[in-house]
Amino acid sequence: MPRTASKPTKKRSKPYTVTSSDTDPVPSASSKTKKSSKENDEKYKLFNKYANTSSGVIDPEGIEKLCSKLKVSHTDIKILMLAWKMKAERQGYFTKAEWRRALKALKVDTIKKLKKALPELEKEVRKPLNFADFYAYAFRYCLTDERQNCIDIGTICQLLDMVLGSTFRDQVDHFVDYLKIQNDYKVITMDQWMGFYRFCNEISFPDMTNYSLELAWPLILDNFFEWMREKQA
Amino acid sequence: MSSRQNPEPMTIEEGCKLIDAAVTKLTRIIEGKPEPPFASHEYIGNYTIVYNMCIQKPPYDLSGQLYEKYGAIFQDYDKDTILPSIMEKHDEYMLRELSRWSDINKIMVRWLSHFFYYLDRYYIARSGNSSLTVVGMTCFRDHVYEKVHFNVKQVVIALIHKEREGQQIDRALLKNVLDLFVQNGMGNMERYEKDFEDFFLTETNSYYSRKASRWIQEDSCPEYMIKAEESLKKEKERVSHYLHSDTEPKLLKNVQTNLLVLVAKQLLEKENSGCSALLRDDKTDDLSRMYRLYHEIPEGLEPVAVAFRLHVTAEGNSLIKQAEDAATSGIVEEQVLVRKIIDLHDKYMAYVTDCFQNHTLFHKALKEAFEIFCNKKVAGSSSAEMLATFCDNLFKKAANDKSNDDSTIESTIDNVVKLLDYISDKDLFAEFYRKKLARRLLFGRFSDDHERSILTKLKGQFGGQFTSKMEGMVTDMQLGKDQQTGFEEYFKNTNTGKPKGVDFTVTVLTTGFWPSYKTSDLNLPLEMVNCIESFKAHYEIKTKHRRLMWIYSLGNCNLTGRFDAKPIELIVSTYQAAVLCAFNNTERLTYQELIDQLNLGHEDLVRVLHSLSCAKYKFLKKEPASKTISKTDSFEFNSKFTDKMRRIKVPLPPVDDRKKVVEDVDKDRRYAIDASLVRIMKSRKVLPHQQLVSECVEQLSRMFKPDIKMIKKRIEDLISRDYLERDTENPSTFKYVA
Repeated sequence: MPRTASKPTKKRSKPYTVTSSDTDPVPSASSKTKKSSKENDEKYKLFNKYANTSSGVIDPEGIEKLCSKLKVSHTDIKILMLAWKMKAERQGYFTKAEWRRALKALKVDTIKKLKKALPELEKEVRKPLNFADFYAYAFRYCLTDERQNCIDIGTICQLLDMVLGSTFRDQVDHFVDYLKIQNDYKVITMDQWMGFYRFCNEISFPDMTNYSLELAWPLILDNFFEWMREKQA
Repeated sequence: MSSRQNPEPMTIEEGCKLIDAAVTKLTRIIEGKPEPPFASHEYIGNYTIVYNMCIQKPPYDLSGQLYEKYGAIFQDYDKDTILPSIMEKHDEYMLRELSRWSDINKIMVRWLSHFFYYLDRYYIARSGNSSLTVVGMTCFRDHVYEKVHFNVKQVVIALIHKEREGQQIDRALLKNVLDLFVQNGMGNMERYEKDFEDFFLTETNSYYSRKASRWIQEDSCPEYMIKAEESLKKEKERVSHYLHSDTEPKLLKNVQTNLLVLVAKQLLEKENSGCSALLRDDKTDDLSRMYRLYHEIPEGLEPVAVAFRLHVTAEGNSLIKQAEDAATSGIVEEQVLVRKIIDLHDKYMAYVTDCFQNHTLFHKALKEAFEIFCNKKVAGSSSAEMLATFCDNLFKKAANDKSNDDSTIESTIDNVVKLLDYISDKDLFAEFYRKKLARRLLFGRFSDDHERSILTKLKGQFGGQFTSKMEGMVTDMQLGKDQQTGFEEYFKNTNTGKPKGVDFTVTVLTTGFWPSYKTSDLNLPLEMVNCIESFKAHYEIKTKHRRLMWIYSLGNCNLTGRFDAKPIELIVSTYQAAVLCAFNNTERLTYQELIDQLNLGHEDLVRVLHSLSCAKYKFLKKEPASKTISKTDSFEFNSKFTDKMRRIKVPLPPVDDRKKVVEDVDKDRRYAIDASLVRIMKSRKVLPHQQLVSECVEQLSRMFKPDIKMIKKRIEDLISRDYLERDTENPSTFKYVA
């Protein structure tokens, strides 16, 4: 059987549109008001406190410092939410533009104000429309490579716990157990990742009476379903 | 006729008196009492009386009263004369009375209509009243029929019952009586239906229900069917003798329902005589009868077809089980099993074409039955593999044994193609067949005609793509012959490098047609190397841009072993020959030395050495003389070897490649599913999951039954490769990504 020609690798189109919109103001050279430039200055000053001076970005070390200042653990979901607000592209690093984007949107320019703004941010992110986008973002954020499109099981388990642990404790616990013992998949794709989110939202748990193998659920969830049923028997 | 001149108008009383007299006379005549017939002047006179009374000037135009008088005549006659006579009698006699009086009434209507004819022409026409005939008949209906029909019906049904129980009855009488029922409907069948037919059918229903219960207990299936057939025949006759034809379909349906439909399950599943037993025991007559009986009933054949299917499936399953049980040490005797399945197919197909009149329902049942057991594994072998092995053995034998009749081979081939239709993993069969075909072709054990014949038939049934590779292989062999002649010509003409004293034949295979084989860097003995080199030179002259890949594992070699007793010709594989030739230069070689010298893999060398030193013929002496080869063994040429034969063939047992075949087919299936999914999505652009899966299964069903899980996996793979994506609003629908 002749093989289908392999497609040229394309730029991955994001299947989930970003709903939290905030367009960055185009810095126009001429009409910068004194006030905005002053505000930016504050943000940049703050940025520079945590940035790595040689690379010009906040690196993992800087983020740790930031976290301790904010009195949150660096595995706390709020940091990920902050990254989302920043639209940070690279895990572990914040650029100047990203930093400014978030702080501007949150209307803060000091650590104290930022700390105060975090609970508000969490509330905003947890709104259903935003959360789907945030959930997808969380996956992309963990991709370490431009060409990579899947994440290893270990990281996924941690990510699930962080992102969905508070809202879907039961499902996450069982699914994580399953992921650890199964052998079919060593990595998880974006499709499977989003599939699990839909699963949590649509399927009653743990009875899963409205689940069906005939539907279009990703195969890994079919296997998970069968595994759960066996356990329940 | 002279009309009276200015006569006195007649009054109605006067007229009636005259009419009554005429009526009395008339009734006496038609009742058969002694009475002289009407003279013509009496006849005319009667008519005139009526005529005159009608044309009288008012207030003496008595048409209306005459009309009523007419009606009254009948009423009185019916009530006073006819009805009592009938009511006096019982049973058959009552029927006779009724019949008689009905006839009498008809005559009376006719006669009186003639007398009162003038009314019909003018009064009735003008007033729109019912005609005289209708009045007469209606009177009879209202005053006679209505009163007696219930009892009459009882009698009729009792008589019919008698006839059903075997007694003779007066059929003509019944016909007359039932005609009466029809007539009294005055144009429609309502009276017949309501006053007779409904009761008749109810009675029939309980009659045959009782019979069915009894017969089903007492009789065997064939006996029962004969009785049922008989009953239906009798009832049909009954209709032609005295029932109205409208009753026929209702009656037959009634009988069929009771005798055949309601007891179908019990009847067909009767132990020792039901459908299963009849099929087993070749009872074609009974089966034909069964078909005939159930064919008449809408959807009646379905339980029969189900019984047929279940029986065939059971037979097939037991064959499979037999083979499973007989498979000692995991080796299944597929020759026996496949033959048995073919015979089973022939037997039951015969039933379908003969007894079951080629009905599609039974073709379908046969197909479904075979599809069930033809896809079962026996001792780990799939049916696809077994069928391929069967063909292999068939052709190998046929090539050797020319006495085999070609037509039996052809019919066996036809049977194989039919069986293949039932096997769902057709691509698996193709792969096994191809592997075995390769061996047959290369080791010279084939007949071109047979090979081409089966390929043509397979192509006809399953399409060109199914057989293209195999056809290519057979063609290669054909071309190979021509090529070999060319090769030999080359030597005759050029005389360069012709290997001394070695006859060398090369078969060039087109990659892609043939299964893939591992190559090995075997170090050949010098004589063989020369052959290879000279062929290479020749081939390069003939064709440029083609690379030759030598597959020594498929070659064979004729060696002369110079043993002490006598030289013996050995027919061995190239690998074996290489090993043996190594001993041309040294008496003794260790395993390790052989490995180094020949550059064979361990697995291969062990196999080869085993066949030469531990098997039936020991051309090499092994030290230590154990049953298996170990890496510390050493070998020596066994000069003492001898055998009564002058030529010995030492086959090298082929490596079991079943696992590899299954793996290869699985891989090809994955590509096939991918291609199918992309093809579907490209044309449909957007499609829900379930439809995509079912279309994919449909597309691929000609070659194999795709596993749903595998399809799901391929879909996910295509998603991650950006061929497809989920619809954001509706995640169970997929979109094609251009």
